[in-house]
Amino acid sequence: MFQIFTDLATEAVKLIGLDLESRLGASVHFFIEDVSKIMVLLVVMIYLIALVRASLNLERVRDFLQRIHPVLGYGFGAIFGAITPFCSCSSIPLFLGFTTARIPVGISLAFLITSPMINEVAIVLLGSLLGFRFTLVYVAVGLLVGMASGALLDLLKAERYLKPFLKDALNKAAETITEGPVLPTETPSLSLQERHEYAKDELYTIMKRIWKWVFIGIGVGAIFHGFVPESWVTGNLGAGQWWSVPAAVFVGIPLYSNATGMIPIMESLILKGLPIGTTLAFSMSVIAASFPEFILLKQVMEWRLLAMLWVTLLCAFTLVGWFFNAFWPIISQL
Amino acid sequence: MKLIKVLGSGCAKCNQTVEFIKEIAQQEGAEIELQKVTEPIQIMQYNVLSTPAIVIEEKVVHSGSIPKKEQILTWL
Repeated sequence: MFQIFTDLATEAVKLIGLDLESRLGASVHFFIEDVSKIMVLLVVMIYLIALVRASLNLERVRDFLQRIHPVLGYGFGAIFGAITPFCSCSSIPLFLGFTTARIPVGISLAFLITSPMINEVAIVLLGSLLGFRFTLVYVAVGLLVGMASGALLDLLKAERYLKPFLKDALNKAAETITEGPVLPTETPSLSLQERHEYAKDELYTIMKRIWKWVFIGIGVGAIFHGFVPESWVTGNLGAGQWWSVPAAVFVGIPLYSNATGMIPIMESLILKGLPIGTTLAFSMSVIAASFPEFILLKQVMEWRLLAMLWVTLLCAFTLVGWFFNAFWPIISQL
Repeated sequence: MKLIKVLGSGCAKCNQTVEFIKEIAQQEGAEIELQKVTEPIQIMQYNVLSTPAIVIEEKVVHSGSIPKKEQILTWL
């Protein structure tokens, strides 16, 4: 089914007059094949997903999370983080809204951790670049890290270190908060026409935001693909050294890219022989946590809570890395 | 004069929203007072979950995206 994009890239490289065997030719081929395939898949997937989730909004997610048992909350928090359209610039109001609705801090954090890692764009990219099995592993690990980190932070009573104004709001009876003007939470059932309008809007907004990331990510991946020799990667960043995973996470957390930019780079890292676990750990820490996000969260959290979150993620991604470096050979045989 | 507040913790979309409303109000010659609310503690009081959110005369009329031109026209 995807052969057409390989052929397209081959023709294009010939047309430019490059040799497919040359480094530059290989890079250009890789770039054209991936970009054309991914752009087509993205348009189809974003539209279809938006059609289905047109009636899902954060208000409904909040109401749902408020009602269910906290133990289930971590799981659902992470799952909704994955499926709800959400921009990290809304982290603060979301965190405030969830907290004042008496949803435990850990559940909000599960949502916020999973949200940047898993979305339809990430899934299209993973599926087309790294295959079905890897996509499944990535999604499962992303959800698990979100749930486990959230649950752990609640066990450690992370809410102690919220900013005082938020702790006050949390302690006050809920009625003083809900008195304020509230958006209606019932969403009328949508007609197909309305869903189509919504999906069209979503498609336009998302593509406008991410197209350059697709180009940058695949561009960097392509350069890596053509110019960095495999022996260098396996020799310097192989699975042999235990410390390579925490080191990768440590470097990855302050770095920031969204999933769209990072996944094509993951592909070329893996193709060059970087162990799966190290790649996952590095990429997820780049995508899930970043300094800009932490600085945003500083408005509602004390340093202590930010540090707890940071250490939790560092440990979680390191464990993920070690696990998959050790067991991927077995998993890939299943 | 209508009081229009734009809620948002300093994200790019929120700034774009403020500029956009200002621009349209000018085009239409509408008299408005535009306020940018960035303090988390104030945003919290309006109970919105996503920003930019628009508050007119203390009523939340929109949240989560840069509003469209047609929407803004109905608020002026």
